[in-house]
Amino acid sequence: MSLLSVESVTLEYRSGRQSFVAARDISFKVESSDRFIILGPSGCGKSTVLKAIGGYIKPVSGRILLNGSTIEAPGPDRVFVFQEFDQLLPWKTVKANVVFALTASGKFQRNDAEERAAAFLEKVNLTKFASSYPHTLSGGMKQRVAIARAMAMEPAILLMDEPFAALDALTRAKMQDELLQLCVDSRFTVLFVTHSIPEAVRLGTRILLLSAHPGRVKAEMDARGADPNRIHEMLFDGKLEEGAAHV
Amino acid sequence: MFESGVVRKIIVLGVLALLWEGYARWLDNPLLFPTFYDTLSALFASVQSGQLVRAVSFTLVLLLKGYLAGIVLAGVLTAFASATRIGADLLEILTAMFNPLPSIALLPIALIWFGLGDNSVIFVLIHAVLWSVALNTYAGFRAVSSTLRMVGQNYGLSTFGYITRILVPAAFPSILTGLKVGWAFAWRTLIAAELVFGVSSGSGGLGWYIFENKNQLLIPNVFAGLLTVIVLGLLVENLLFKTIENVTVRRWGMQV
Repeated sequence: MSLLSVESVTLEYRSGRQSFVAARDISFKVESSDRFIILGPSGCGKSTVLKAIGGYIKPVSGRILLNGSTIEAPGPDRVFVFQEFDQLLPWKTVKANVVFALTASGKFQRNDAEERAAAFLEKVNLTKFASSYPHTLSGGMKQRVAIARAMAMEPAILLMDEPFAALDALTRAKMQDELLQLCVDSRFTVLFVTHSIPEAVRLGTRILLLSAHPGRVKAEMDARGADPNRIHEMLFDGKLEEGAAHV
Repeated sequence: MFESGVVRKIIVLGVLALLWEGYARWLDNPLLFPTFYDTLSALFASVQSGQLVRAVSFTLVLLLKGYLAGIVLAGVLTAFASATRIGADLLEILTAMFNPLPSIALLPIALIWFGLGDNSVIFVLIHAVLWSVALNTYAGFRAVSSTLRMVGQNYGLSTFGYITRILVPAAFPSILTGLKVGWAFAWRTLIAAELVFGVSSGSGGLGWYIFENKNQLLIPNVFAGLLTVIVLGLLVENLLFKTIENVTVRRWGMQV
């Protein structure tokens, strides 16, 4: 049995009375210790798929199973890391943010949580900033806290929604290396959404390609030895991107 | 030394006090305008006799009753508004209707409904507090980002835990603004209510103290009462709320 299996899931967005299909008939399986990348252009519904796995959106058809049971609601066994910098609770210090996540989810007792929080902040090199408030940190540091917080919660699967997209290129590359190291060390199962082909190839073990409007599965492949140019061709059918055609 | 804001303000205050003293001496009519010195002596005498202290505590107790009742009702209204669409409409319509209505205008009708006494004043105070607190709290809840909401839901908190540990702190800057505005309305309303209607005669508050001393032509006491109103207002608005702001929204970098 796979850790996570998404079985012909269709997702719809509703705005007012209209509803439109964000992703159609998506199927894939994630095994334990995979770093599974969902790759696609904007508008392919990749974030929506991730939110459905998080339990924030219900599929209109198909089903999503985690360890064999259907996902009904958000829960601490699937922890999200978002792209936005405001995902830390601004009224808590860096350490308190991690501790709160551990105790509020009922996973750890207060004392264990303190120790664990300290250990994971050490892993992302933020021990010095443990008692700082989030608004005093840079964007990259905030994302590192969010990653530490998510990993400390020991979820069955980490759901990362373009966590590095809002960072500058240098910080981004550095964070990718750090994340890779953390994942290799602790064998976390990660589901990572991105629109960047190099990021997908660099971080993933498996890559799922989605096409846009509505999102459909184009291909699934091993990340090892994957050719970025070939991926680009598959995503855009070898044609130029819409935007590029006007240049 | 002149660089320090506190020092500069104390100097300005000192000059104002001197001007007051000078003008009052020149006018030489204690019934119209007592000197600064006479006002201070009246203040100390009233504090010593316990008269002013009683008046202040009476006023503050009444104010707190109305303030807390207003906050509780605002909480109920906001909860209703956040939970249902019809509740949101109700809150919007009620605040649009009642927010422009000065609370003191309700006092005559409150006196008919609840009689002379604390209850009428508390009713008017609730009106002063309720709308600004409810409106700001509701707006604060609505402004909580969807990311923060999803983070909160991710922890598997109960609904109550989610509200008290995620939504309320996230909306706290707005809530605090509402509390500040509500307090300012309530304070002004209460003094006016006590002053104009004298409410429960004999055991009145600060407004009553001013009113009664005017009737007895003890004008320095009237000035002492006014000074007390100013000082108390300043203490709460600039000291209490500032302190709360400094240890919360300012420290969290959440200023609105």
